[in-house]
Amino acid sequence: MNSKINSQDKDLVKKETLVETEGLVKAFKVKKSFFSEAKWIYPVDRISLRIFRGETLGVVGESGCGKTTLGRTILRLLEPNDGKIYFDGKDITNLPHSELRSFRKHMQIVFQDPYSSLNPRMTIYDTLKRPIRIFKLCDKDNEPELILNTLRSVGLDKQHLLRYPHEFSGGQRQRIAIARALISKPQFIVLDEPTSALDVSVQAQIINLLCELREQYKLTYLFISHDISIIKHVSNRIAVMYLGNIVEIGPTDSVFCNRFHPYTKLLISSVPLPDIRKRMELRIDTSEVPSLLKKFDGCKFFDRCPYRAKKCEVSEPTFYEVEAGHFVKCYLYESMQTGGAQS
Amino acid sequence: MDENKNEKLERYSTLRVVLRRMKRNKGGIAGLIVVLIYFVIAVIGPWIVPYHPDEPDFESALMPPNPKHPFGTDLFGRDVLSRVIAGARTSFTISIFAVALAVFIGLVIGTIAGYVGGWVDEVLMRFLDIFMAFPEILLAIAIVAILGPGKINIVIAIAVFSFPSFARITRASVISVKSNDYVEAAKAIGESDMSIMLRYILPNALSPVVVQATLRMGTAILTISSLGFLGLGVKAPEAEWGTELAMARSYLESAPWLSIFPGIAIVLVVLGFNFLGDALNDALNPRLKDR
Amino acid sequence: MRSTQDSRIGKLEQRVIKLKLLEIRNLKVYFNTEEGIVKALEDVNLEIDKGEILGLVGETGCGKSVTVLTVLRLLSNASTISGQVLFEGQDLLKLSEKEMLKIRGKEITMIFQEPMTSLNPVFTVGQQLMDVIQLHMNLDKKRALERAIEVLKLVKLPDPDYIVNKYPHELSGGMRQRVMIAMAISCEPKLIIADEPTTALDVTIQAQILGILKHLKEQLGVSILIITHNLGVVAQICDRVAVMYSGYVIETGTVAEIFQHAVHPYTRGLLKAIPPIEEKVERLNVIPGNVPNLITPPSGCRFHPRCERYKDGVCNAQAPSLRQLTETHTYMCYNPYLPEGVVEEVNV
Repeated sequence: MNSKINSQDKDLVKKETLVETEGLVKAFKVKKSFFSEAKWIYPVDRISLRIFRGETLGVVGESGCGKTTLGRTILRLLEPNDGKIYFDGKDITNLPHSELRSFRKHMQIVFQDPYSSLNPRMTIYDTLKRPIRIFKLCDKDNEPELILNTLRSVGLDKQHLLRYPHEFSGGQRQRIAIARALISKPQFIVLDEPTSALDVSVQAQIINLLCELREQYKLTYLFISHDISIIKHVSNRIAVMYLGNIVEIGPTDSVFCNRFHPYTKLLISSVPLPDIRKRMELRIDTSEVPSLLKKFDGCKFFDRCPYRAKKCEVSEPTFYEVEAGHFVKCYLYESMQTGGAQS
Repeated sequence: MDENKNEKLERYSTLRVVLRRMKRNKGGIAGLIVVLIYFVIAVIGPWIVPYHPDEPDFESALMPPNPKHPFGTDLFGRDVLSRVIAGARTSFTISIFAVALAVFIGLVIGTIAGYVGGWVDEVLMRFLDIFMAFPEILLAIAIVAILGPGKINIVIAIAVFSFPSFARITRASVISVKSNDYVEAAKAIGESDMSIMLRYILPNALSPVVVQATLRMGTAILTISSLGFLGLGVKAPEAEWGTELAMARSYLESAPWLSIFPGIAIVLVVLGFNFLGDALNDALNPRLKDR
Repeated sequence: MRSTQDSRIGKLEQRVIKLKLLEIRNLKVYFNTEEGIVKALEDVNLEIDKGEILGLVGETGCGKSVTVLTVLRLLSNASTISGQVLFEGQDLLKLSEKEMLKIRGKEITMIFQEPMTSLNPVFTVGQQLMDVIQLHMNLDKKRALERAIEVLKLVKLPDPDYIVNKYPHELSGGMRQRVMIAMAISCEPKLIIADEPTTALDVTIQAQILGILKHLKEQLGVSILIITHNLGVVAQICDRVAVMYSGYVIETGTVAEIFQHAVHPYTRGLLKAIPPIEEKVERLNVIPGNVPNLITPPSGCRFHPRCERYKDGVCNAQAPSLRQLTETHTYMCYNPYLPEGVVEEVNV
């Protein structure tokens, strides 16, 4: 059984939890052909985590790890199959959509693909007007002002209001998507690979913008990305995901320097560094990322793990707290357990 | 500021791009011209006919084309040109209402099936299958036979066999549009399902429907004429190209002009809609590729 | 001091003693479109030597894909192509289609970005490999199969005898990319062009593919032109780098020269825009503005509207010519960041 992350550290306990999940599960049915049996995959497999108010939690992992599914499930854009979601202390897991709406004001999302996240048939003005109308953010007279101010805060201006998305570049579209997320003055924003589809120079602009807005509006971010250098730059804490599980979660610097979990080691060492003095040892083995369809009794990383032991194959490890607020799901650290881990 | 000062900021809408692309398609332009002429004749028909289309003149019966009657006269002495012009109005009104009705029903069914999915989708698709199992013309004949002749019944008959294809196309288009992030984004800002369907999905799913509607106009006109030819069409003495052809059947050798002109009219108009529909298809697809 | 066009080229030629494997000179490619003439490439100069890996770096719209497609003569709709593409001294732009067929797949091969769509789904891996081998190498079926298995081994695929009978959809993305690489080396090419070969792959698989490419260069002596926007990839496996911006190669040099003392403001901006993995910074370095419109590009140097070293009247008047810092380090800029103590050498 996966364990609820239970921190003993005083500093973290003082921090206020804004978003929390308990054993969150999201499953999809997969059918290979009409005649085969339906199988289930679990991109979100019993995830329990806490996101503290004001922090940026980075989620990193490769394809199939479930990070995108996690982001959407927390916002209930996908309905969870099991587990609980808490926002600001309130259980929003099973709220009917009419009641959920008042929470949506505070929890927003920015998507990865700037070319498909804006309605091609709506002008920018219309796109930004919708949340105002739905959440009743202001009265009709003040609407244009609110829209223009929000647009200005992301670096665009009046002349852009009546244009359509196809008249903008990728970076500008992403700014518009950010404006849409900001307009309801949310507390929490899920950023789902917000810069992955952009060029390097535009990426930097958007990252800077997100960091400025975070300061200005005291936002809490769940920042999902496969780009480790960006995650490191923006996050306070990092969660490493593998095949639906969080395998390591802790403060950014600690995760980066220590790389406790074998997968974290593999992942971070695979990133090609733009530094010619640090040429990587490029292994040419063929370990593959297994598909979510594969069933494991024990640890999911067993096949690829250089440190595997018999007990890893048989049963799944729980979280062990290796440092204050830093948890690793690996038997290697069983003896390092400093506090209690509840099942 | 983010903007490159050298950029010429050109505002262009869907319409402008589509028109520009259509200009390149010669067939499409020809089709468009034919359709427009058809539309104009249908509207101003009653004011431009040289003779009243239903007025008989037995002295001038069965006259070949001549300066007084450019298309000749039929066995009742009615001016064929006037009857062809009047026929345009008849077929136009029936077909436009029939296609509009089919589109409406198809949009509703297709959007619900595509958006909701699951068993609702299954049930609706099987319901459509029932209608699609019949050959279109047979279905039309059956309905007119049951309901009786008359314009409204023909409208119903055509709409009944046409709506399933609109439903299918809408559903496919909706399913494709649904996968875009902006639909998820709409959910994230609290939009209701109805609002999502009307504001986000439908406007983006319409292109294939527009193409199909254009092509269907041709089919509808052909069906009206077929029913007319079979004697199940509009009641006499109302002018309609198909009924004209039915009457002309016995006179194929003796008075060929009675079949030629209504026949050409049918062919031209149906071809016109087909060419226009094809050109629209190419122009709308790939849609504004803005990467 | 400025010199004229002719003496520029003359002096460059003097420094080039041996024949390079591939030399692109003054390549210009324009496209006629609905909206106007797209000036995709204006003046591209590039060279690759035998047995080296050259990284071609640039962002969207810089022209890197157009450049390699022009080399392989795979562009069907260009309205203007001028300049030279010299492969072992022969100008590929002047060859007939029949002659190009002997080059493509044999002398110069290509690996694409999407391993999912580059392989034909209805043929097995073995069949596709053997097709290429039999086409160019004149081997019978048995020997072609042997060769196919041999190249699959070269890319370190496990159980090549088993893989040879698999269909593409039965293999993972990383394996498919290895098959693509195997196809690319099967006929002993002199040059492999890899267009963003790892962009669509997971980072752990990417590391493996980069390792294979480097290993192949060392083992077979094949040259590789790798297109990428990822400077990390460049730093790890390339020998030399060419940086493109809006239709020009604005800087070329060895990996050390580019990473340690790039001179062009764009190259520097690009290097600084990457979040550093070692230190912590407050803000990422940003190149303001957007990539220029290729139909109405800025006058003179296309980078000038975004450049922090812009000199009015100079940079917007005429595009800069090719200049040389060292034998290997060239650039196109009127106001570069020259290393201390270096007097600008403008002789090209």
